[in-house]
Amino acid sequence: MTEKILTILEKNARIRTDDLANILGEDSYMVRQEVERLESEKVICGYHTLINWDKVGQEKADAFIEVKVAPQRGVGFDQVAERIWQYPEVSSIFLVSGNCDFIVLLQGKSMREIAMFVSEKLATIDGVLSTMTQFILKKYKQDGFVVENPRKDEREAIS
Amino acid sequence: MRDPLNSFIEQIPPSGIRRFFDLVAEMNDPEVVSLGVGEPDFDTPWHIREEGIYAITKGKTFYSANAGLMELRKEISRYTARHYGVTYDPATEILVTIGGSEAIDACFRAMLDPGDEVIIPEPCFVSYKPCAIFAGAKPVVIDLKAENEFRLQPEELEAAITEKSKILFLSYPNNPTGAVMGKADLEKIAEVVIRHDLFVLSDEIYAALSYTDEPFTSIASLPGMRERTVIVNGFSKAFAMTGWRLGYATGPARIVKQMMKVHQFAIMCPPTISQYAAIEALRNGDEDVLYMRGEYDQRRRFLLKRFEEMGIDCFEAKGAFYLFPCIKKFGMSSDEFAERLLADQKLAVVPGSAFGTSGEGFLRISYAYSLRDLKRAVERIEAFVSKL
Repeated sequence: MTEKILTILEKNARIRTDDLANILGEDSYMVRQEVERLESEKVICGYHTLINWDKVGQEKADAFIEVKVAPQRGVGFDQVAERIWQYPEVSSIFLVSGNCDFIVLLQGKSMREIAMFVSEKLATIDGVLSTMTQFILKKYKQDGFVVENPRKDEREAIS
Repeated sequence: MRDPLNSFIEQIPPSGIRRFFDLVAEMNDPEVVSLGVGEPDFDTPWHIREEGIYAITKGKTFYSANAGLMELRKEISRYTARHYGVTYDPATEILVTIGGSEAIDACFRAMLDPGDEVIIPEPCFVSYKPCAIFAGAKPVVIDLKAENEFRLQPEELEAAITEKSKILFLSYPNNPTGAVMGKADLEKIAEVVIRHDLFVLSDEIYAALSYTDEPFTSIASLPGMRERTVIVNGFSKAFAMTGWRLGYATGPARIVKQMMKVHQFAIMCPPTISQYAAIEALRNGDEDVLYMRGEYDQRRRFLLKRFEEMGIDCFEAKGAFYLFPCIKKFGMSSDEFAERLLADQKLAVVPGSAFGTSGEGFLRISYAYSLRDLKRAVERIEAFVSKL
């Protein structure tokens, strides 16, 4: 049941517990308890709303920042990572393989805010060797959702 | 002027589903929500579509062999062996057709002489009876019963058999009832079929959409049945490929050889582009089918629960993407119920009577719709019945 609950919530976090129980053929009380357990154990880390800000006329930019750092003895990358993720501007940060060490994702900021954050905060952190900022120009698909106008049901009557 | 029409064709009434869709179209109201459509709401999986595109860009746009691309027939052979435990020779026992519908037509024409009887359990899809009449045969209807969850009973079959009976038509998982027949049910039918020396045409187009614990059983896999069964299957429902128009028939070489003639002279060959896409579907599409089946199953359970909460009697249909709730307690015919539901709540569902007289008193509810649409629709049904 757990895996099924998670799979459904991952796609539709707003589903009512009763509906969730119905589609799984499970008892509503049991499902509620299980969701609460998953939340308290941080299996479910949060519920996120994906918003296309362009559609409400808000000029918000997103950027990926590749960060190279000098890992520190004893704590590796984790300490630098913490100094970065503590900033509320940071929506995501990942340690990655390849040409850089971290990829930092900033979302929903103005160009100026991003520039300021990178030059004044991120680049000046001890251990950060270099940054490379990549602005997102257009979103096609995000978190499994295609960013476009909803499609109509085009199925025609046939018999 | 002389009568330009063929009297057989002229006497066939128009499809009951069509009549209802026309009503919906007449309303021309954007507020109308429909649970009437009998095709998947999913797009064809992308890797399959891409193979279709690739076939076009590579110029693979010639005719194929009449029976279909050999490569596809080989994949069909593997697929039926893998899923249903029956193996067919790609060279002589498999015919690729324009959807399952063409396969049914070709099979009837190839097997039936004028006056032969085709036993058709109803409720069932609307095309079977007309196809039997096109072939000059006589359809003999068995009215299936709700108390048997619309599964064919051996004694019902026994009672319908005459010395003219030739083909028993089976369609499980069933459109419109969602009924399924398990191995034990089919064994009883097979016994009667063999004893009376009948043949079976089994429309297994919904085979992949079965929500039972036991895996789907094809009647052709039962002892003594392979040589007297033609299976019709296709890509439309399982792989969400309705518009590609591709199906197939598998059966004994002796029968397929004659079906091939009907197909070759009436159709020539199925669309080559679709065939290349279908090869990809059979090779790499099992996961997609499982995903879509999982989604349908969730919607099915959701609707069953909601009907139960509303006090609408609905047997637990375990196949296809239809539920067949009973509305007899509201004292209306299914036509009247569906028409009033449409007028009052702007919700379109197909009356069960469109699928045969034994469908009277029932509605066909398709759950080839998003959960969101289903929720809205169910609220409308609830609002409607609460006022009755």
